[in-house]
Formats: sequence, structure tokens, C-alpha cells
Amino acid sequence: MSKGRYGIHGGQYISETLMNELIRLEEAYEHYKKDPEFNAELQKLFNEYAGRPSLLYYADKMTKDLGGAKIYLKREDLNHTGSHKINNVLGQALLAKKMGKTRLIAETGAGQHGVATATAAALLGMECEIFMGKEDTDRQALNVYRMELLGAKVHPVTSGTMTLKDAVNETMREWTNRVNDTHYCLGSVMGPHPFPMIVRDFQSVISKEMKEQILKAEGKLPAAVIACVGGGSNAMGAFYNFIEDKDVKLIGCEAAGKGVDTALTAATIATGSLGIFHGMKSYFCQDEYGQIAPVYSISAGLDYPGIGPEHAYLHDIGRAQYVPVTDDEAVDAFEYLARTEGIICAIESAHAVAHALKIAKDFGKDESIIINISGRGDKDVAAIARYRGVDIHD
Amino acid sequence: MQADNRFVNNKIHKAFENNNGKAFIAFLTAGDPDADSTVKFVLEMEKAGADLIEIGIPFSDPTAEGVVIQDANIRALKGGMTTDGAFEIVRRIREVSQIPLCFMTYCNPVFHYGYDRFFAKCEELGVDGIIIPDLPYEEKAEMDEPANAHGVAVISMIAPTSEARIQTTAKEAKGFIYVVSSMGVTGVRSEIKTDVAAIVQSIREVTDVPCAVGFGISTPEQAKKMASISDGSIVGSAIVKIIAAKGKDAAPDLAAYVRSMKAAVEEA
Repeated sequence: MSKGRYGIHGGQYISETLMNELIRLEEAYEHYKKDPEFNAELQKLFNEYAGRPSLLYYADKMTKDLGGAKIYLKREDLNHTGSHKINNVLGQALLAKKMGKTRLIAETGAGQHGVATATAAALLGMECEIFMGKEDTDRQALNVYRMELLGAKVHPVTSGTMTLKDAVNETMREWTNRVNDTHYCLGSVMGPHPFPMIVRDFQSVISKEMKEQILKAEGKLPAAVIACVGGGSNAMGAFYNFIEDKDVKLIGCEAAGKGVDTALTAATIATGSLGIFHGMKSYFCQDEYGQIAPVYSISAGLDYPGIGPEHAYLHDIGRAQYVPVTDDEAVDAFEYLARTEGIICAIESAHAVAHALKIAKDFGKDESIIINISGRGDKDVAAIARYRGVDIHD
Repeated sequence: MQADNRFVNNKIHKAFENNNGKAFIAFLTAGDPDADSTVKFVLEMEKAGADLIEIGIPFSDPTAEGVVIQDANIRALKGGMTTDGAFEIVRRIREVSQIPLCFMTYCNPVFHYGYDRFFAKCEELGVDGIIIPDLPYEEKAEMDEPANAHGVAVISMIAPTSEARIQTTAKEAKGFIYVVSSMGVTGVRSEIKTDVAAIVQSIREVTDVPCAVGFGISTPEQAKKMASISDGSIVGSAIVKIIAAKGKDAAPDLAAYVRSMKAAVEEA
């Protein structure tokens, strides 16, 4: 079996042109992750630039309202650039810089990863080009302009379904075109090895902090950790340091879109099957001939037809549970969190909030649940207004 | 390969046994614009001198392809082409032709069909090889085993960036070796800058499996040059462009183009 396997999942299903670069990337990562200077530099960026550690906030009103477990919110939305994406990007950009790369390319769905990559490129003095589905550049015009303000060039992708998967296709194509000076700053725990490992490691700061913070606050581990899952980077980061703690339930919330019994869904575990795509073996939404299915979610960040290979493995062995959450449920939760706690979270994160609303009462009052609030919701306000039939000029 | 009796019926070597031993290899996408046309185009190109035909099984997300072949994939899928449809095309070709045939597609359509079921069907219908751009050396084993059991060669690809991997890959190659001439995706290029001769020389040190060069070749001059430093030239996008422009009526133009390319390869 080849490298980078999680059970049967993972691997390196990628063009020969990129193989040596992936090998070099893995070697560089294995070297620098043990390098105290690299780690000190990254920690400094985390603390002084990104604003880490992010808060673990006890949501008192929500807890009382739901009448079950104590609800804690891990506030990744308070990071610089407004989401967890910055954790991975700072790590990869610093690594790329050490490897002598001068240019970063990346895909983006909602634009959060693109903005984070453009930010790191500006900070570290690197060139930056972002590939974003045409559909998403229209949905998230503000983020396109943010990336341009940060000095990045944004390419609207018009192939295929013009969403996140097509942005990944196009970024891979560009990487095969120009690999010597360019690092592909992949945004999720997906793609060919070593990306799922690298992204997970950089994101695992989330669960490392969660664990310290919840032990300090509660004196014991949480009963459950809940996070939304598209490719799965914030969830992997939130789960990772709890995997060995078998009593901590790990729950990933997939975007069910209009429902898992409709074609308008992006819930990979619920509706997908085993396949090989974007460099990895994992679960994908696909048809009876293995053509990748067009997927749908109100959330551009979860609008992806696959899931990272380590999540697929955690699903297979039953260590994590993956549940579908519909657009309706997510929008309700988005509004609920705004009204109840004064926090406008990303519509992606609202999928996790929605599931917490369903299950909080199943736990005792002495137990706690942590919801990973992966990003802030400013970018989603206009779309939510439209969803509710409110006409605002954005 | 001839020593391996599982490959006794494999026809790939025949593509490299004509005249000067140089092959002209033509690619087209199954079902672009429809199945009848694909059958007709393959037979026309054979008549015009093509030594081996690569038939693309369309995939929704062809990450190794440039815009021209991406569009052909979309046209074919919109027209209802499927993996079974591509097998049906091969069945019809095999009623009248024994030209060496390879499929070109991506991991997922083959994986999803079931490796054993897929390669059993290849053997039954006479598909000699398969080219999978997202299957590097490291991942080849899972497909090699079922393919070889059915006498189908999984074609190895070697790229401008392969360096030390050239010989590792070449040592295990079967059928022919696909030398990727350029960085990036498939598509017409005005110039090929890679030192293809050096790559071929490195391959020659470890195997005598024929090497054909693809990616970016569209003119007779390029085809001749690449065939002169290897065992053949592969052309995809330039052919697909003709099909895109002429649709069902592309046969005469395809024939004329293949004749000119074949003549150039014969001069190599």
C-alpha cells in the first residue's frame, strides 16, 4: 500500500508531473516539523498575527435555553481573516517559503481560504493566485475584492459546475504547469498525501487548545465535539487531539442542502460511495459510472463532493459520526446563534450549531459539548437575507 | 512482454513494427460528438495510417486535460456517453478492425466499474492497454494486478519532472511508455522545451519497451521531431479540435490530418 493511508483511504492518485514535488514537500515537512526555529516562528505568527489561542466561550444563554449539556463555542471566527483557514495557511506558507517557493496558488469555495492564502502571501512577500468557481465569485463578490486588496490575482473558474471542485481541478492544472517556484496551498484535509496530514497537523492546534481550555473550565473532557465538514479541515483540527479519548463523541455535520433524499445535497458520507478523485481514495458523491456528481449546499465552503480520507477512515471505524444538516436547519441555527449569543457565525459553522441544537438535551447538565465555530458570518449575511426573501443591496 | 503469456493477444507492439518502427498514435474522446461518429473516426484514422488509437472514456473532472479535451469530455457526457457506451464502441470497431487500442481515462470510472469487471471486458473486446493520468507508479499496483490478469497493459507515464523516477517507472513498464513532453495539461503548444531525448535515453538504459511522446504535439514538424528521438508521437488535442469544429462530418479532415502526421512520423 502506498503512503498516506488512513485505512483504505488516502494515497497519492496524482499526475506523474507532480509526484516529485509531493515527495519533496513531504521531506521538507518532516524536516521542518521537528525544527524548533520553524515551530517558534509559526507559533509567533499564530499568537501575534492570527490572534491565537482562540477563545473557548461558555454559551450560558444557549445552555439554559437548550436545557442539557453545557455549550461551549470554540471561537475560530475570531482569528485574523475570520476563520480557521489561517492556521493551515500560515503553516503551509511558512513551509513553502522555507522550501524556496516564491508563489502560492490555492482554490477557494466561499473565499475564506483564498483570503487567508492571499493574507499569508502578502505578509510573507509571496506572489499569490487564487482559483475560484465563477458561481462562487458571483456569490462572494466581496471576498474576491478582499483578495485583490491583498494583492492576489483571482481567476474565476468557468469549467464544470463552476464551484469548489472545479476550482481544485484548475489549481491542480496550474500546479502541473508551474511547479518549481510554486506551492499549492491546499485548503482542506484532502488531496494527495502529504496534504491531508499537513493540513490536519496545522489545524490540530484547534483541539490542542480546546482540550487545555475545557480541562481548565470543567476539569474534565467534553462529552462531544461538533464541527461542520466539507473537505473537513476544521473538523479534523477539532477532532484530532480527542481521537484517543474514546468517551468524547466526535460529530461531523455535512451539508445536506435541500435534503439527502434529493439531488441537491453535498452530504458525502450520507449519499456518496467509495472512489478516487482529487488525489485521494475516499467517499465521493458520484453517479453509477463514477462521474463526480454536481453537489449543492447554501454554504459555498461545504459545497464539495468529497470528504478528506482521514474522516472517511474515522467513519469506517466508527470513531466519528457524520450527520446531515439541511440548508433550512443551518439558516435557523445561524439566526438562533445571532439572537441568543450575539454571534453571527459562518453558514458553514451554523451546520454544526444546528446539530448541537438537536442533541444538547440528550446530555446531562454536568456534561459539556464544544461546537467549533469555524468562521464568522459577515460574508453570508446577504445570502441569508436572500434566503429569507429580504431584498438588501450588497 | 511477449514472454508473459497473459499478454499473448496484446497488440500494442504491432503499432511499433511498421516501416521504420515509429508509431503515430491518435487520441479521440468516445462519444464526441456521438458513438457512431467515434466508430467511423477510428476506422478512418486507421485507414489514414494511425498505428494505435487511444479512446478517451469521458470523465466529469479531467484534471490532466487542457480546455480542448475538457470540452470534448463535457460534450460526450452530455450526449450520454458512459463506460458501457465506450465498450460498445470498441465492440463495433473490433467487428472490422484489429488496430491496437488503448483506453485513456481517470482512476474513478475504472475503480467504480470494478477493476476485474472492467479489465475482463477489455480482454473480451480486445482493448490492449489503458492510460490513467492520475495513477502514478506508487499507486499502480491495485490496477496492474487485475489488468495484467486480463492481458491489458497499464501504460506508464514519465514527465519532464520525473528525474530519478524515470528508470524506476520504466523498469516495470508494459506496452509502451508515454513520455509527457511538457509541463502542464494536454493541449497544443508552439514549442516543446523539455529535453525529451535525454529522457528517452535514460529509459533506454533499463528497458526496450517503446517510448511515445505526447502533450503539445500538433504539427507534422513536431511529430517528426518527437518520433525521431523516440518511437512515436501521440496527438490528442489537435484531433479533438478538428472534431469540435466539424462534428459528425469530421472524417475527411481527420483522414487528411492523420495522413500528413503519419507521413511526418515515417520520415523520422
